[in-house]
Amino acid sequence: MKLARVAYAGAIHAAQPCELADGRAGVALTDGRRLAEEAVVWLPPFEAGTVIALGLNYAKRASELAFSTPEEPLVFLKGPGTLLGHRGVTRRPSGVKFMHYECELAVVIGRCARGVRRVEAMAHVAGYCIANDYAIRDYLENWYRPNLRVKNRDGATVLGPYLVDATDIPDPADLGLRTYVNGKLTQQGNTGDMITGIPALIEYLSSFMTLAPGDVILTGTPEGAINVEAGDEVVCEIEGLGRLQNTIVGDELFGR
Amino acid sequence: MASGPCIAVTMDVPPFRLSGMVYGALLNHRTALAALGAAVNQPPYQAPPRAPVLYIKPRNTLASDGAAICVPRGVSELEVGASLGLVIGRPACRLSLENALAHLAGYLIVNDVSVPHLPYYRPSIAAKARDGFCPLSGRVVPRSAIADPDDLTVRVSVDGELEQTSTTSELVRPVAKLLVDVTDFMTLMPGDILAVGVAAPAPRVRAGQRIRIEIEGIGQLENPVVGACA
Repeated sequence: MKLARVAYAGAIHAAQPCELADGRAGVALTDGRRLAEEAVVWLPPFEAGTVIALGLNYAKRASELAFSTPEEPLVFLKGPGTLLGHRGVTRRPSGVKFMHYECELAVVIGRCARGVRRVEAMAHVAGYCIANDYAIRDYLENWYRPNLRVKNRDGATVLGPYLVDATDIPDPADLGLRTYVNGKLTQQGNTGDMITGIPALIEYLSSFMTLAPGDVILTGTPEGAINVEAGDEVVCEIEGLGRLQNTIVGDELFGR
Repeated sequence: MASGPCIAVTMDVPPFRLSGMVYGALLNHRTALAALGAAVNQPPYQAPPRAPVLYIKPRNTLASDGAAICVPRGVSELEVGASLGLVIGRPACRLSLENALAHLAGYLIVNDVSVPHLPYYRPSIAAKARDGFCPLSGRVVPRSAIADPDDLTVRVSVDGELEQTSTTSELVRPVAKLLVDVTDFMTLMPGDILAVGVAAPAPRVRAGQRIRIEIEGIGQLENPVVGACA
């Protein structure tokens, strides 16, 4: 099952994908209304708890950034204010030189996990969605890198469109990822190339922290993250999970 | 406060409701930055921090006054991170020095417990985000009760012995300035907590000891330290 959370006509609804009468893709609200994708406001598809993100979890990405593969997973945390739904807009501050997307598989925890061994880890996964974890490299500093100013900006972590049940994704370790900027393919990878795979990540994290339902792990991005500019449309695609669209906007929308 | 069934701590402190989000500012106490000495200009850091260096204490770390703090296996000591905690009262985005404090509901005490770690190059999640590593005092002192949050004495005692005395007057970014710089890029919401900074050297504790943190006008926070934890 694929579930979205959308705002429509004054309320927040659960929604599932459907085909509209004219053949276009749309969403069906639980109350029976069937709507075009652009008629609703898409929210992150679940109420996220702790947001855990991975850096340098694809070997070629690590070498692209001139880092050797980390000995321990490089983990950082995010707050709720950075989360954004499908079809939202993300601000690119004027004057920055390098802001890039990161297409990532997001793993949503469904059962409490503490001291879980990797062979049992997948039983703790509720489902998956796509994440686009923007970074602004101009703000990188070598203190708790990547720092929150790079990675925890308002509206700069896109989740969605749907939360897809784990049972619908038989092999999350073999999913193609692709990013398109203005329709042009710019990033391509496969979740099979993760350095630390999902079961090992759950084992590692749950060895020192309790993971709770709603916690989400953004599992890192492959190589090919390039600069985006205001006006660019960025689409992250993961096999079986759909397409997550986002638009870069400038400071002027925010009165800056 | 949102919490999963495996995270049983409820931290509601009427009339305030905490969101469960706790952010902290690393090296925001002058003594902490000074303790690194010349290292701040050397690899891996290369330069002192320009923007606030923030970290998150996730919901699994939250603990109540009196709750036991576990020393993980293979670790002998923990660091006590005594800090004033700002409790946000209104959505706080792009604040100015003039209006920043008006966005606070009040204050409490945060103990940002860590496994001692260096360097500060990578976010040290395994050192800072362990279960129960963020005790909070049980009551929020309203903003109106504190004349100047940048002039409070913070005392840490271990087993009744005074181990550390510091003051919030030595923050690199005083309270209002910290709020301005943080909310320039991330909005803080009502019930969020921002720990303003821990002084160095942070007292260290072992299993069997008892920590007491007092902040002038805010109250106290006491937690025992126990061993033999996962």
